[in-house]
Amino acid sequence: MTTLPVLAEGLRKRYGTASALDGFDLAVPSGTVCGLLGPNGAGKTTAVRILTTLLRPDGGRARVAGFDVVAQAAQVRHRIGLLGQQPAVDEILSGRQNLVLFARLHHLGAAAAGRRADELLERFGLAATGSKPVRRYSGGMRRRLDLAASLILAPPVLFLDEPTTGLDPRGRNEVWEAVRALVAGGATVLLTTQYLEEADQLADRVSVIDQGRVIAEGSPDQLKSKLGGDRLEVVVSRADQLAAAAATVARAAETEAEADPDTRRVGAPVRDRVAALTEAARALHAAGIAVEDIALRRPTLDEVFLHLTGHHPRPADDEARQEVPA
Amino acid sequence: MTTQAPPLPETALQRLRWALTDAWTVTGRDLAHWTRQPAGLVLNLAFMVMVVLLFGYLFGGAMTVPGGGSYREFLLPGMFALSMLFGVESTMVAVTTDAARGVTDRFRAMPMARSAVVAGRAAADMLSSTLGLAVLLACGLAVGWSWHGSAADTLAALGLLVLFRFALIWVGVHLGLLVGNPEGVVAVQVLVWPIGFLSNALAPTATMPGWLGAVAEWNPLSATITATRELFGNPGLGGVSWADQHALLLAVVWPLAILAVFVPLAVHRWQRLSR
Repeated sequence: MTTLPVLAEGLRKRYGTASALDGFDLAVPSGTVCGLLGPNGAGKTTAVRILTTLLRPDGGRARVAGFDVVAQAAQVRHRIGLLGQQPAVDEILSGRQNLVLFARLHHLGAAAAGRRADELLERFGLAATGSKPVRRYSGGMRRRLDLAASLILAPPVLFLDEPTTGLDPRGRNEVWEAVRALVAGGATVLLTTQYLEEADQLADRVSVIDQGRVIAEGSPDQLKSKLGGDRLEVVVSRADQLAAAAATVARAAETEAEADPDTRRVGAPVRDRVAALTEAARALHAAGIAVEDIALRRPTLDEVFLHLTGHHPRPADDEARQEVPA
Repeated sequence: MTTQAPPLPETALQRLRWALTDAWTVTGRDLAHWTRQPAGLVLNLAFMVMVVLLFGYLFGGAMTVPGGGSYREFLLPGMFALSMLFGVESTMVAVTTDAARGVTDRFRAMPMARSAVVAGRAAADMLSSTLGLAVLLACGLAVGWSWHGSAADTLAALGLLVLFRFALIWVGVHLGLLVGNPEGVVAVQVLVWPIGFLSNALAPTATMPGWLGAVAEWNPLSATITATRELFGNPGLGGVSWADQHALLLAVVWPLAILAVFVPLAVHRWQRLSR
């Protein structure tokens, strides 16, 4: 039997009266990417900080790479890489000096540390800028250096805490590419994110976390099908035909349809995909309703989240990091 | 190519070796900052020289030292001690920057010795403060200050200054972890100046109103300054208060007291990071 690289059972953590984790369970199989998805303040960062030995849990237990995160913290630290919410690199030193520093602190000899630094710079496309001070790096470059610094010893378990928060789309793609390459190399990854697209792109399995506990898990597809499968969506050309279109779609697809006047869109959950689409298209045409677009689509993880928790994953303008007390 | 992970230390001796190696690596990081940003280092050194010139020549003419003697001879021991006090700011800035940027967390999630983060910081700060003191000594000699005691007394005076700085490292580590963000550091920096000036560094306490003079006399900074004036053989002595009469003793006791309070506080703050 192989041990699970990441295993958490009933983790609890309180800050004063606020509960950050409240019976958090998680199991990540070897060689997979687990996406921990949830809004700010859901407890994602607290979970990662406990699993990476930075924080002591108040209750429950956790094992990483087969070792207890409290009793065998040194063994755990020897086998993990951590990418925190912001690039944890020295701004004054060059990229290469940073990697050599962290390699030396992993107790590689001077020559081995230099070799490893050059290898990692090469691998993350930083070889040409390795001697520049990090403060001249772009956000994406900084993040890639940060990732390289987490990979000095090629750790079997890697924790990425919101790795692309604050990056532009290009920087985000750079980081995604790097993570995919790591996973191809056999690493086990726990990734927290509040971007549903990111979980969709990278994760084999997603655990949805809200108020300190996991409220749903499964593959992105499984989670989406929890919403009752596919949806038929129709966009009408004229707003005054919206109500008629909704009624027609509901009748033709034998379902309930919702109409959104803002986008002139009719949406309806359907079971028999193609038959529903064909029937609806025929009925709309027969009723003389001008249709701009008609399509079947799977629900987004955003909708899954709303369905599971009753609120949207990203509270508007709430950028406060409630998970990390100063 | 994969990199072979070195095995973790098992015996106490191996652990000690790791701790020392790690501390030296962390110190080396700070020394690398000097070569990467020499301007910052030079500016720091030039600042204290500027303060010496400012007080020595701009205000110095209006000052009389009780018991006679040159004001600059009186001033320099105060400047040496002040530069040690101001060092607390650089310790704080370094600690806070690492904590705020997540570098401290990266260190804590690595298999390195945890003591090395603070030990390396302390070693680097002692080196930079010692360098600063050397520059200030040269500056003092250039403006007419000198030591008049024996070599042993002179070394003892330097030792007291370095001891004072060592105690302040722990104040800096504690405050740096306590405020946790660069904005908070500014607030503490504002407080360092009055603490520095509320001493006998710039003016003899005898010239101050009674209550203010008493506060200044009992400032730990004043003890170090009076003791070093004594050991260097510089003017401005002759105070009659208990603190003035026992400056040498206080110059040792105060730093030890600061250490006794702030080492446990800093360690406690460090452990609180896990809570």
